[in-house]
Amino acid sequence: MSNLLKKVNWMTLLIPIVSVILGLLCGAVIMLIIGYNPVLAYQSIIESIFLQPYYGGETIRAMIPLVLAGIAVAFAFRTGLFNIGVEGQLLVGWFASVACAICFGHLPKVILLPMSIIAGGAAGALWGFIPGILKARFKVHEVISTIMMNYIALYTTAYLIKNFLYTEGERTPTIPAAASLASTFLANLTQGSRLHWGFVVAIIAVFAMWFILWKTTKGYELRAVGFSPDASKYAGMNVSRNIMLSLTISGIFAGLGGAMEGLGTYQYMTINSAFTGIGFNGIAVALLGLNTPVGVVLSGALFAGLQTGGLTMQSDAGVPVELIQIIIALIIFFVGSGYVIKWAFGRLSRKGHK
Amino acid sequence: MSYAIEMRNIRKEFPGIVANDDITLQVQEGEIHALFGENGAGKSTLMNVLFGLYQPDQGEIYVHGKKEFINDPNDAARLGIGMVHQHFMLIDKFTVAENIILGREPKKHGALDMAKAVKIVKELSERYGLDVDPNKKVEDITVGMQQRVEILKTLYRGSDILIFDEPTAVLTPLEIKELIEIMKRLVGEGKSIILITHKLKEIFESCDRCTVIRRGKNIDTVAISDTNPSDLASMMVGRKVNIQVNNAPYDPKEKVLEIEHLNVLDSRKVDVIKDLNLTVHGGEILGIAGVDGNGQTELIEAIAGLRKVKDGSIKINNDDVTNQKTRKIIEAGLGYIPEDRQKHGLVLDFSVGENMVLQTYYKKPYAQAGILHNKVITKKAKQLIQEFDVRTPSEKTLARSLSGGNQQKVIVAREVDRSPQLLIAAQPTRGLDIGAIEFIHGKLIEEKKKGKAVLLVSFELDEILHLSDRIAVIYEGHIIDIVNPKETDENELGLLMAGRKKGGNEA
Repeated sequence: MSNLLKKVNWMTLLIPIVSVILGLLCGAVIMLIIGYNPVLAYQSIIESIFLQPYYGGETIRAMIPLVLAGIAVAFAFRTGLFNIGVEGQLLVGWFASVACAICFGHLPKVILLPMSIIAGGAAGALWGFIPGILKARFKVHEVISTIMMNYIALYTTAYLIKNFLYTEGERTPTIPAAASLASTFLANLTQGSRLHWGFVVAIIAVFAMWFILWKTTKGYELRAVGFSPDASKYAGMNVSRNIMLSLTISGIFAGLGGAMEGLGTYQYMTINSAFTGIGFNGIAVALLGLNTPVGVVLSGALFAGLQTGGLTMQSDAGVPVELIQIIIALIIFFVGSGYVIKWAFGRLSRKGHK
Repeated sequence: MSYAIEMRNIRKEFPGIVANDDITLQVQEGEIHALFGENGAGKSTLMNVLFGLYQPDQGEIYVHGKKEFINDPNDAARLGIGMVHQHFMLIDKFTVAENIILGREPKKHGALDMAKAVKIVKELSERYGLDVDPNKKVEDITVGMQQRVEILKTLYRGSDILIFDEPTAVLTPLEIKELIEIMKRLVGEGKSIILITHKLKEIFESCDRCTVIRRGKNIDTVAISDTNPSDLASMMVGRKVNIQVNNAPYDPKEKVLEIEHLNVLDSRKVDVIKDLNLTVHGGEILGIAGVDGNGQTELIEAIAGLRKVKDGSIKINNDDVTNQKTRKIIEAGLGYIPEDRQKHGLVLDFSVGENMVLQTYYKKPYAQAGILHNKVITKKAKQLIQEFDVRTPSEKTLARSLSGGNQQKVIVAREVDRSPQLLIAAQPTRGLDIGAIEFIHGKLIEEKKKGKAVLLVSFELDEILHLSDRIAVIYEGHIIDIVNPKETDENELGLLMAGRKKGGNEA
């Protein structure tokens, strides 16, 4: 029986691993067709991430919002909800944290920093709660309402910055040092990368997802409602309240992701004319990570590594950095067609038995 | 002699389990052959192998004496093998004829020839005495009729070997009788039938021979004329079984459930429970008999707080629970074995262990201050699995992967273990095999002996007659009469269920 369990786990793990390999292979084929050297390209990515502290630091830095966005998607998914609104929740979280930091700039760091982080989480929570209540009360599908909320977030934050927190360069002023997550220690350690203390928040979030879902009674309820709203209702659970709660918690994770960008990476917020893409990449991160906390960290690392290493790929191997987006898209494509991979392996192993 | 179907030494293994171990099934031309076994014995696997949904690891299949490889259901259809599924695969909004021809439509000049389709369906229906109206929409016909549409679908595709997968599970007693006649007529017209079942009564009423399988192994193939129900039952279960569990004497105690002047609306806002009064005492099993759709489901849902009560009151242990939240009613002492065990009774993607605490997970000792005590839950689950003989690899196994009987045992274990004052059992043994029925009946009687009140709702009159201390007959949303099971019989109940009170007057 324990053998069986191992086999099953191995099969589920297979899909993301095979998808990554296939994605990289297809990327190599595309490079060959256009006339670049894929070996050199991948070599430059790997070397930069693992051997150059600056790119290593930047990779971890890029992981922070990606992992938080991934956790947000995965958490909602585990409770039967598809949160496409991570992008919007992240934007309002980003804005709220920066706004809080600027407005209460006179407060000491011990108060201001936690307060700004909480402000980001709270804004994300609100942005998740609205689709939650729409679904629970009026049965509005969360996919529709969360997409809509993304646009509201994009233009509302732009409006608020323009009218209340505007400074030269189409952005907010820089936040006071008392609210910053940046660290000269970490920067020196990584030869001047923008790595900041936000990774601690990301680690806590990963742990929190696991703890809430599998160790608390609320998590038990959330998962039960996600799997079977009917059986949960029959068992006396409040299905509507759990839907609202799930999207709210998911929104907190996403909002924290935004706060990390605002308080850590950039120290301000620009007037965005388009989405950051982090929230949408979060969907991919969750998908590739099989919606598990550890999986989200691993796939977040992969995506962050590809994005950061892509820059050296451009300078060292001459391959345009856009190709990285194509590879990421291919990986997602293969994960999405995981059924085909499963089927193919089933066929192969059956032939092997005969 | 050649067989219509011969499956020789079939072996099919799934990770961790041998579903079919060297099974041989020989179906003669023109016979009704029963495939008899408990849930999880491997009947469905064997039939899925025959139907091309699974490939056997070992063994050979012969159809009309010729060796065949059946790779998918299309191959099976080509060989004349048709399956009448337990869960119908029909499109509600389509007419009978449209459903039957779907996928193989008669055409005229490249366009659908509906007139011809209707004609073909009519002819087939008359030839086999199915009495189906081709122009009616599926959503407007009864379940029994829908099943006949399924039969017609296979006939239309030219099947001469028909597999019936537990066909009577969804039928009323009268419909079962009619189905058996239809099967006999099909055989009379030269078809061969495999009947998958775990109901003894049907086998003795319809079949010629019977192959018994148990835990994936062939036990025996016997001619029905040479055997008797109790031998066959023992063969299936592998030990001596009581087809009827001995009931305990009737010793009613104080009132546990009191329903007064209850009125409930259904989902279409139509009065479905009308001025219903009912009392269930501790130490009794009250059976509710009635034809499906007379308000049984709504009555139970109203008691459990899942459906709004328009008027009237429901009390459990003198506690008014009318229109209370479900959790409060559960805490007031309600245990509930729901009719649809997969949809309402279990979270299928939860493990068996997690399902064991579906109503109690937030209470001590399973949790404290919002933190689950997984060790305690696991321990409890292990204890219940053993106590209730749930056949599962472990408490970590997903409920989805258990057989129907074992899923039901998980629910019964959970509900009984909470020791509720009132236990509602809705169709508690529907679709279960003899071993599991015996077990669940035993548990219900045990609860009664402990002085609990049991409200039993069932379409199986045998079950109602055998277990109940009093029988309330429900008709069009109210209790038309309460009878003593010792002084009544199926005929009188049948009349009451149709709305006729003693003396022959319409109610």
